[in-house]
Amino acid sequence: MMHTLDVQDLTVVRGGKLILPGLTCTVQPGLVTGLLGPSGGGKTTLMRAIVGVQRIASGSVSVLGLPAGAPELRHRIGYVTQSPSVYEDLTLRENLAYFAAVLDAPAADVDRVASEVDLAPLLDTVIRTFSGGERARASLATALLGSPELLVLDEPTVGLDPVLRRSLWVLFRDLASRGVTVLVSSHVMDEADRCDRLLLLRSGRILADGTRAEILAATGTSDIESAFLALVQEEPS
Amino acid sequence: MTPRRTMATARRVLAQLRHDKRTIALMLVVPVVLISLLKWVLDATPGAFNSVGLSLLGIFPFVSMFLITSVATLRERKSGTLERLLAMPLGKADLVFGYQIAFGTFAVLQALIATSVTVWGLGLKVIGPTWAVVLVAVVVAELGTAMGLFISAFAETEFQAVQFMPAMVLPQFLLCGLLADRQAMTTPLRWLSDVLPLSYAVDAMQRISTQTYVSRATWLDLGVVLAFVLSSLLLGAVTLRRRTD
Repeated sequence: MMHTLDVQDLTVVRGGKLILPGLTCTVQPGLVTGLLGPSGGGKTTLMRAIVGVQRIASGSVSVLGLPAGAPELRHRIGYVTQSPSVYEDLTLRENLAYFAAVLDAPAADVDRVASEVDLAPLLDTVIRTFSGGERARASLATALLGSPELLVLDEPTVGLDPVLRRSLWVLFRDLASRGVTVLVSSHVMDEADRCDRLLLLRSGRILADGTRAEILAATGTSDIESAFLALVQEEPS
Repeated sequence: MTPRRTMATARRVLAQLRHDKRTIALMLVVPVVLISLLKWVLDATPGAFNSVGLSLLGIFPFVSMFLITSVATLRERKSGTLERLLAMPLGKADLVFGYQIAFGTFAVLQALIATSVTVWGLGLKVIGPTWAVVLVAVVVAELGTAMGLFISAFAETEFQAVQFMPAMVLPQFLLCGLLADRQAMTTPLRWLSDVLPLSYAVDAMQRISTQTYVSRATWLDLGVVLAFVLSSLLLGAVTLRRRTD
């Protein structure tokens, strides 16, 4: 089976600091994969490398069978940065219409993605008046335009109220069932429960790669937080 | 680069401006206020307004458009939307030219208003055709837009962006021939003046104010300024990086 993502020996240095010291991992298609770990562990850097906006020192990143950053990939990946990246002086509709035009997405996508993130009633409202959670969802809606095959979501559920958080996870699951590969990062270990597979990342190293059950079994623990701690202790420093 | 994406970008920037009435007002009114102030300040000195007014008409639009575009593009960078766009199938030139078209539209409006007020409202006497004055003002405003777009690539913070204004604009102001005759400058200063685009704009304005027709030299000056506009835009597109640290 071809991996959706295949990262081999990826090394990234940012500002003289080694962020990813030769990271290797794969992500399988049609699943929700959780990239979990504390902040500062390299989650954002890995995601940026996958999307093709991170300068890398060495190693390779292959996405949907093509090298990361290849122009052919720019239609096929939806990317949500950690802080919401939308134009706050425009309405949600104006934002979505612009990004849809850039992506060559059908015009009907604007209404579709707005209702997928539960923001249809706010389509004609200027983003500046949105709450933090609404902004995060507006940013997510943008990534759903044009129905990408791979979604790279950097902490999309941080700071959201639990009801909303659940509805977003239902959406991710629904997207995966339609064949979309979803890579979601989070520093909240509880979110592991909602992922098909997990990648635990700390200090630029993959501590564990498997399903939640596999990781719990291997570490003899009952929750991912404890598994994480057990893995950190085992690691040769 | 695709025309459809470039125009979508221009429309988006215009929509942002539409939501910001105060910026539009400042963009269109400030040059008029400045030039009127100049007229009243120089009222006591006969002929003074006539000799410098036209040159300043070629400088004010440059300054205001330079500032506006450099801050606008910095905002795009800081808000994360630039990173999002560069991960999408948007050409780097689509972005730069889209901005240029949007702000360039306002530059035309600004130049039309400022010139009309100066020539008909404040009674500046121009020997050459008025349309040529408008044309130079427009081209200079486009120059401010294009250079602002290019320079903002080198600013990482608002603090830096704001300081690029005096760094880029004031030397041109000093050397453009308004304060001292370019021909009378020492050779090194003359050379420096020769490589700065605003010098050609002021030369063109001075020719228009003294000749009844638009001479070949005037067209040549305009051509030089336009070449600066184009090269700033191209450099602006080339220096945008999809991959960053």
